[in-house]
Amino acid sequence: MTELAVARGALDRGRLLRLAQQYGVYAGVAALLLFNFAFTPHFASAENFRTQAVQVAPVLIVALGMALAIGTEGVDLSVGSVMALATSLLSLYLGYGPWVAALVAVVGGVLVGLANGALVAFVGVQPIVATLALMVAARGLALVLLPQLKDVRDPGMSALGSGDVLGVPYLVLIAAALALLVAFVVRRSTFGRQLLAIGDSRPAARLAGLPVRRVLIVVYVCSGALAAVAGVLATARLTASDPTSLGTLMELSAITAVVVGGTPLSGGRVRIGGTVAGAVLIQLLTTTLVKHDLPPSWTQMAQAVVIVAAVYAARERGKR
Amino acid sequence: MLSVTGVSKIFPGVRALSDVDFTARAGQVHALVGENGAGKSTLIKVLTGVHPPDAGEVRHDGRPVRFTTPLQAQQAGISTIYQEVNLVPLMSVARNLFLGREPRGRLGLIDFRRMRREADEALRALGIRVDVRRPLRELGVGAQQMVALARAVAVDARVVVMDEPTSSLEPREVHTLFEVIRLLRDRGVAVVYVSHRMDELYEICDAVTVLRDGRVVHTGPLAGLDRLRLVSLMLGRDIGEVRGEGLTKFTGSHHAAAEPVLNAEGLTVRHQLHEVSLSIRPGEVVGLGGLLGSGRSETARAVAGALPTDAGRVSVGGVPVRGGSPPAAIRAGISLLPEDRKAEGIVPGLSVRENIALAALPALSRFGLVDDARIDRIVDTFVRRLRIKTAGPHQKVGELSGGNQQKVLLARWLAVHPKVLLLDEPTRGIDVGAKAEVQALIDELAEDGLAVLLISSDTEELIEGSDRVVVLKDGRVVDELTGDAVTEDALLRAVAAVPAGGRDD
Repeated sequence: MTELAVARGALDRGRLLRLAQQYGVYAGVAALLLFNFAFTPHFASAENFRTQAVQVAPVLIVALGMALAIGTEGVDLSVGSVMALATSLLSLYLGYGPWVAALVAVVGGVLVGLANGALVAFVGVQPIVATLALMVAARGLALVLLPQLKDVRDPGMSALGSGDVLGVPYLVLIAAALALLVAFVVRRSTFGRQLLAIGDSRPAARLAGLPVRRVLIVVYVCSGALAAVAGVLATARLTASDPTSLGTLMELSAITAVVVGGTPLSGGRVRIGGTVAGAVLIQLLTTTLVKHDLPPSWTQMAQAVVIVAAVYAARERGKR
Repeated sequence: MLSVTGVSKIFPGVRALSDVDFTARAGQVHALVGENGAGKSTLIKVLTGVHPPDAGEVRHDGRPVRFTTPLQAQQAGISTIYQEVNLVPLMSVARNLFLGREPRGRLGLIDFRRMRREADEALRALGIRVDVRRPLRELGVGAQQMVALARAVAVDARVVVMDEPTSSLEPREVHTLFEVIRLLRDRGVAVVYVSHRMDELYEICDAVTVLRDGRVVHTGPLAGLDRLRLVSLMLGRDIGEVRGEGLTKFTGSHHAAAEPVLNAEGLTVRHQLHEVSLSIRPGEVVGLGGLLGSGRSETARAVAGALPTDAGRVSVGGVPVRGGSPPAAIRAGISLLPEDRKAEGIVPGLSVRENIALAALPALSRFGLVDDARIDRIVDTFVRRLRIKTAGPHQKVGELSGGNQQKVLLARWLAVHPKVLLLDEPTRGIDVGAKAEVQALIDELAEDGLAVLLISSDTEELIEGSDRVVVLKDGRVVDELTGDAVTEDALLRAVAAVPAGGRDD
């Protein structure tokens, strides 16, 4: 009798922990929302939600690519610099029209991703080192192309930055569409399955005849392209190209969103829904503290607490 | 000098050592031999303080000791030289020699000049000439091993434990190593020597202890023990012991077609394989015999493209296969069930379903999207055909038992419809019931016309499962047993044969 009770207690605790790992992010988002509805004045307004969503969109898009890289037991530190490169390219090629310029910017991101992927897959450099090199290189290139801040005056761009459909900003629509696309690819495509297998056990994936190198390259290309899209969108919203500051520390925000969202750094699992929620959670946390007139240092400390909690949960999962 | 009595060590689920007695005497080279899983590594780790024993006593210099860390063992004069050199590759040779006990000058700074001079002297004394200022990694593996040895000698080791020191050495380097070992012996150092190479054992060792399944099955001087007896002790099979009826589930011979489907010629990998050739006909099970380290797994990996070869050709059905590429080998119809199931076989975090479908994915998808209905059908078929016991296709493979993991891997390969199946220790570490099922399955697959290569340390399984056995030794084919000659007796003789008499096929 007693033994049974003890066993059930342990089981319940294990299940509770697993539930916390699975749905902790969502619970966090819900709790913050409830708190704000109750205590923050002017929170429950369409205008506020619009602002929040528009602010979170670029981080979210970058985090999608980061989630893929982390799923292969890698990381992509070059994303912030890719955003800067994208903004430089965009303002340089704006003369050919906004579409061409945006396309060139994304191609720039793809090329950086190719370089990252080639270094990781063929040269065998650790992802953290390879993408660190490209992080420095891409930022440098962005500054060579466009040395200082420049206004972006283009009707198409400003429409992209501030327009909306039925009250939902384009930025948010694009971010949502990309999140759905990436989630679909991870869940349903051969590429997604191969990515997870490679992240979980590289030797086994190699012996099973998976195209390990190709998958790795495609992962970093995706990450680069997504970061470039985020750069274009951020430029459109700010109506200015600023390669010195755009995307700085973006790689860390993206990693935070991915980790808080429950994707383990050891690879083999990618949680897109969690990543979205992770990005939203950090955004809400910041807003909550700002709206209650707490200094920015509090925000950073609160973020640290969230990250530690997420890592703690991930550690427990690793032990199981 | 160093001895253990009644030592037992239990790991979760495994009894690695039970009631082991072992004594290394001063001025003696003592060989420690046994097949995989016999407990050699565990015993070494108990001797050197990596693992504390669960029961029994370690005595050093006549006093009972209890090392809790490798450092304590080192300070007591026990040095270990592992297969892989564990020094700091980027530091200079001299710094590596004196790592942790650098000569100090005034102000407590390292006296580099003295260090270099002493390092140079120490290496010269062992007959090694290298520039001690060069970083260690610029040296060959052999020379690095020598530095490790010099370090062991320099710390006034009283006991030196060597774990397969010659596995990556050139013959000339082996010669130097033996010189050093003799030097150590003459100085009164006790040497514990672990190796699978018979010739080396008989050249350098004075005494031998044979471990099997965690127990000492023999200990005594090596001189009076002939090779055949030693091999049979290691494998646990008696010479001339004839079994009327086997214990395995194999039915025996198959009707093999005339033309081989797999042809491998002259496979050569530096230090590992020398001109290994073999061919397998459809419907035939070819066994690879030999001791641990004889190149069995390497042969299978080379054929499957997982080990790049320096020379040699592989062809399937007369069509050459590009070497060094697992995908190319798989496309040609060669599938490898790797030896290390956990690290190289299963993808533990993915489900049973996805593990089975992994290799066949490109064929099971349309426009890059996975065709779930087809996967479900295939997974269902194999789960039933191989009787994989699982809570459901979405259970993680890491949670299954060893036998069921192995069946999942077999299903993964059968789903790509291979022509040649290379099985490296397919029944290791799985329970008796699953073992019989896997053996029956191998039989069935051969009946269906698959060409099977079987590697097994279980001699009985190898003999009864195979139609033909190719015997490897030190990376060379030394014998081939066919027809009535496929017996344990013949296999033992072939493995134990003195070199230079081997035929090459």
